[in-house]
Amino acid sequence: MTVTTTAPIATPERAGSRAEWLQAALPKLVLAPSFAGILIFVYGFILFTFYLSLTPSRFMPVYEATGFDAYGRLFNQPNWWVALTNLGIFGSLYILICIALGLLLAILIDQKVRGEGILRPIYLYPMALSFIVTGTAWKWFLNPGLGLEKTINAWGWTSFKFGWLVDNDMAIYTVVIAGVWQASGFVMAMFLAGLRGVDGEILKAAQIDGASTVNVYRRIVIPILRPVFLSAFIVLAHMAIKSYDLVIALTGGGPGNATELPSTFMYSYTFTRKQMAVGSASAIIMLMTISAVIVPYLYSELREKSR
Amino acid sequence: MTIRTKLLAGVMIAAGAAWLAPTAAVAQSKEVEVVHWWTSGGEAAGLSVLRKAVEAKGITWKDAPISGGGGAQAMTVLQARLAAKNPPTATQGLGFDIQDFAAEGVLANLNGVADKEGWDKVIPAALQRFSKYKGQWVAAPVNVHSTNWVWANKAVLEKAGVTAMPANFDEFVAALDKVKAAGLIPLAHGGQPWQDATIFDSILLSVGNDFYKKSMIDLDPAALGSADMKTAFERMAKLRTYVDANFPGREWNLASAMVIKGDAAFQIMGDWAKGEFLAAGKVPGKDFVCFRFPGTQGTVTFNADQFAMFKVGADKQEAQAVLASSILDPAFQSAFNVKKGSVPARTDVSDKDFDDCGKKGMKDLAEASAKGTLFGSMAHGHASPAAVKNAIYDVVTRHFNGQLDTAKAVAELPKAVAAAK
Repeated sequence: MTVTTTAPIATPERAGSRAEWLQAALPKLVLAPSFAGILIFVYGFILFTFYLSLTPSRFMPVYEATGFDAYGRLFNQPNWWVALTNLGIFGSLYILICIALGLLLAILIDQKVRGEGILRPIYLYPMALSFIVTGTAWKWFLNPGLGLEKTINAWGWTSFKFGWLVDNDMAIYTVVIAGVWQASGFVMAMFLAGLRGVDGEILKAAQIDGASTVNVYRRIVIPILRPVFLSAFIVLAHMAIKSYDLVIALTGGGPGNATELPSTFMYSYTFTRKQMAVGSASAIIMLMTISAVIVPYLYSELREKSR
Repeated sequence: MTIRTKLLAGVMIAAGAAWLAPTAAVAQSKEVEVVHWWTSGGEAAGLSVLRKAVEAKGITWKDAPISGGGGAQAMTVLQARLAAKNPPTATQGLGFDIQDFAAEGVLANLNGVADKEGWDKVIPAALQRFSKYKGQWVAAPVNVHSTNWVWANKAVLEKAGVTAMPANFDEFVAALDKVKAAGLIPLAHGGQPWQDATIFDSILLSVGNDFYKKSMIDLDPAALGSADMKTAFERMAKLRTYVDANFPGREWNLASAMVIKGDAAFQIMGDWAKGEFLAAGKVPGKDFVCFRFPGTQGTVTFNADQFAMFKVGADKQEAQAVLASSILDPAFQSAFNVKKGSVPARTDVSDKDFDDCGKKGMKDLAEASAKGTLFGSMAHGHASPAAVKNAIYDVVTRHFNGQLDTAKAVAELPKAVAAAK
């Protein structure tokens, strides 16, 4: 069979180079539209928002920059300070409790309990609900005239009081309760995945050396879970900053303005109070807050990769 | 000249003709698109009267309902549609929102219809302040709500021994005390900023008409921080003691339900509350009574629903004019407002179809309009622009919820208003 020599080879070669080119370019081609989309609709609009914050825009955008006036007005609003304080309280408690509770649940479920396959989705399920549903359900549950307090009073414990939802000073903690209820199961799932990745040999070795269970977790397992802690922190931190629907459904920002958060502040100033510039300024401050958390994390991650 | 070039010229002429054809005769689009947030029972029933009236004139009604009381969500949608240069024919609008739209230059000129039908003569001047922009009609008012009403359950008052309706603030306090002593909730209230502000409106009026005008409409810093303002906040604090502990976040209609069911005696709320009483099968004068907030007799604070008309293409203007004219039709004004609980925006409509509270409302409105005591409601965006209104809300609601004491509230109000101006 020496008849076919040059001609048949030439064609596959050309086709081969075209296929190779296509193979190399395909990911880029497929990614290009979404890349362009993100460039415009995320980063473009961040810039647009920043520009708006420099204008005197009120009801509709005005395109004449006049400087940082809106930021001055923003920080002169008592509401904004309430929002920032609330974010501090809500954010720190939400993140801490979610991580602590998530880790605890994960460790307990990891003890080879029976029915793990049923327990896991039960804890994870709240995450499937939207914040609006969570907020509304907890609003009914915590309302003193409707839910928990009324039920327990009806059962006979008449002096029982739980009026946090309608209390100026405590209302922000009801937002923490509802938020933690929703997200701690998700954090549990993250930790559980991390725990399953821990090498059993190390644990066995530690046990042979006579380490107690507590010590094994404290000295070995939890340090190994460090990346999971970081991911959980990042996920929870941005959820805390952007949580809007939860507050709206649960307390509507009240009583008074006791549960105002930067996100609710941003929406109301931009869209209902016709102070678009101040709203944009608050959005930029929120973005900077998130960046202050995310950028050091990304930096440390990238540095580790390159090492 | 080859056949080819001849052919080409022919094609070009044909294409040109096809291009020109639609502009030669403007096809009239018989459709109106109306953005509104009247989605609940009485409101939707009232709106369907307008819809039928417009459809009877051969125009298609394209409904664009956006739920969410007060129209905050609708405003967001409208902002986006205006930015995209795709405005609807008309939108439900309130007070200063209409003026804001007009200032953007997006509203139509309705002077043609208005002059032909004599709107200037039949619509109160206080209302025209919002329907007109720089002397040009831009919106068609549908109704007038007045906000300084008190609604009371007659059976509860009898049980508590309240026989006469209170005529001033002190008598009101005495009546509230009697109800409290009888072991019932004296004042049904929903704890949302706008509801706190609705009470505040009435209280300011009870302190004085001039004071209301100076502080809320003229936004005079001296009046905002005056001794009269201190009196007003003291009265707010006093009323706060008659509200049940569970009020924060409650919707206004749930507060009305408390009065309807006999759990509470009074509710201070605009006349839309009447719809709730009627829907529950209660009869005005027999089961419940309506009276002006004690000390504000003869004065009316109002908010008015209007349909602001957007600038639309020449093809849609005819349908828009029909819509505008239908809104101001006396028959529609009567039919709609009987259902909605408010009173007609024109003062020449017969009151024969209205109940006792409605008749009283129409009489009060005509009187107040004639006497010059018809004021826009601060709580409902008819006294000051949205930014200022919300700044006042903030102070009032924080005071009512105990986050500010009276002295601090009086000190903070002028500052908050100045910062929002």
